Amino acid sequence: MADLILKPNLDRADDVYADLLAAHEGLSKAESDALNARLILILANHIGERTVLQQALDAARAAAPE
Amino acid sequence: MNKIFEIPLYPYTRSPDQDAQTPARRKVVIVGAGPVGLAAAIDLARQGVEAIVLDDNDKVSFGSRAICFAKRTLEITDRLGCGQEMVDKGVIWNLGKVFFGDRKVYEFNLLPEEGHQRPAFINLQQYYFEEYLVKRAREVEAEGAPIELRGQNKVLQVTDRGDHTELLIDTPEGQYTLEADWLIACDGAGSPIRSMMGLDFVGRVFEDNFLIADVVMDADFPTERWFWFDPPFNKGQSALLHKQPDGVWRIDLQLGWDIDKEEEKKPENIVPRLKAMLGEDVQFDLEWVSIYTFQCRRMEKFRHGRVIFAGDSAHQVSPFGARGANSGLQDSDNLVWKLKMVIDGTAPDTLLDSYDTERIHGADENILNSSRSTDFITPKSETSRIFRDAVLDLSEKYEFARPLVNSGRLSMPCAYDGSPLNTPDALPDGPARTRPGAPCPDAPLGNRFLLDDLGDRFTLLTLDAEAPDTFEESGIAVTRRALSVADDPTGALTARYLGGAPAAVYLIRPDQHVAARWPAFDETAVRAAIRRATGQE
Repeated sequence: MADLILKPNLDRADDVYADLLAAHEGLSKAESDALNARLILILANHIGERTVLQQALDAARAAAPE
Repeated sequence: MNKIFEIPLYPYTRSPDQDAQTPARRKVVIVGAGPVGLAAAIDLARQGVEAIVLDDNDKVSFGSRAICFAKRTLEITDRLGCGQEMVDKGVIWNLGKVFFGDRKVYEFNLLPEEGHQRPAFINLQQYYFEEYLVKRAREVEAEGAPIELRGQNKVLQVTDRGDHTELLIDTPEGQYTLEADWLIACDGAGSPIRSMMGLDFVGRVFEDNFLIADVVMDADFPTERWFWFDPPFNKGQSALLHKQPDGVWRIDLQLGWDIDKEEEKKPENIVPRLKAMLGEDVQFDLEWVSIYTFQCRRMEKFRHGRVIFAGDSAHQVSPFGARGANSGLQDSDNLVWKLKMVIDGTAPDTLLDSYDTERIHGADENILNSSRSTDFITPKSETSRIFRDAVLDLSEKYEFARPLVNSGRLSMPCAYDGSPLNTPDALPDGPARTRPGAPCPDAPLGNRFLLDDLGDRFTLLTLDAEAPDTFEESGIAVTRRALSVADDPTGALTARYLGGAPAAVYLIRPDQHVAARWPAFDETAVRAAIRRATGQE
């Protein structure tokens, strides 16, 4: 069973980040929210392991500002 | 006066118990002549246990109510002797379509597995289901079985007397007192018995209203289950269309929380809604209209001494998934053989505690599934709706999202994993679906089906294995059903009961659930498993 990767794992981080912003460009808040939801579901299916997703949810929650 | 639900089927007649000098004592009294109460009464009586059914009404269910009956329920009614009538009248369906907004996003086929006597589901109005049970009750009564239906007998008071329960009953001719060794409360979600006993019924309230309209129409809609999320004719809400016998269609429209129920029920408000859905030109008549809300909840315990709750009185779920009546039938299926053994003195009273364990397990599974369906169908927060809509949008294009679409996870029989009646699995190469606790899947055996020969008693099912033909342990008779892969024309028996094993011996409970299994007959092990399955160790 794989563990969630929390070390740098993106080859060209700046490009990936720019791709994310570009996908949302010109969208309304509602359209962006919907896009994000579709993206999360697609990525969740790609990951395919509930334990990894649970670790990701925990990691995301843990990084929320105090 | 031509609808079956308008005709008194078990009208009030005076019982000698009403004139008894001292209150009559009855073995089992069942309150509520719905699907669960009737099934329990028939099952008890045909096995020789006295069953008196009391109902404050004298007719079958008003309106269609439960309409989707699952294979397991049909198998149970087969054991009771009225499954064929249900199937003959019912509408068999396999295809479901899911719409989002104005487009079809996805369709599914139940793809029922081959090699079962009964279909995965039939649609049948609850009033027919009850009518056939009432007819069956009359048949077993005519054959001499100790069963009695008492219409217009309303329980006013229940008193625990330790070794029995005392009931004060109101009738059109006044009140009388009756004593019951055992009381089964099948008196519905609003259970008066539960209230009289001051028992809990906690859970989650879903703040939503749904309109049910049963319409009679000659329409060329196919025999499919159609579910709409956010349709143009019911913006922001959901809708369901499903076919029943006699050209009756179930239409279920979500209305939201802040509505005026009386106003919404008026035909001048309903008809335009239905026309928007069905088309302006479709001619239809309204048979039955109801507005309902629902909760997902259960009692903390289903057994309270000599009072046992079954069906909606014990647990309530949302209608999505057909888990109400179907789980209630599983309750009575689970309870009756245990109660009979306790009454006959062949098992200790504590066997009934396993009814609690096993059916609470079932109820929790149903509540979980039904709550999740409801959360999908009626999202309760903005984010929940965003995810729901994302799943639906994705499902139109990508196969991966389709299993996430949840318009109701249809009832499957519960496997009693972890039950104290199970003996640990001793057939490691056997299929998981027939592990101890699981309901026996059917299989064709040439001119008959496997389940025809299982049930009502403990059975030792042997597959290419030797064992005694009859067997007794602690007063419990066990009959062998010997089969061989040579009796298996389709391979279904082998696939469902042997898997990778060359031979197997199964101990099967009277409710057709697996109690234990082994690779070969081992007398000591089988004796221990029988004692365990009957609460004796």
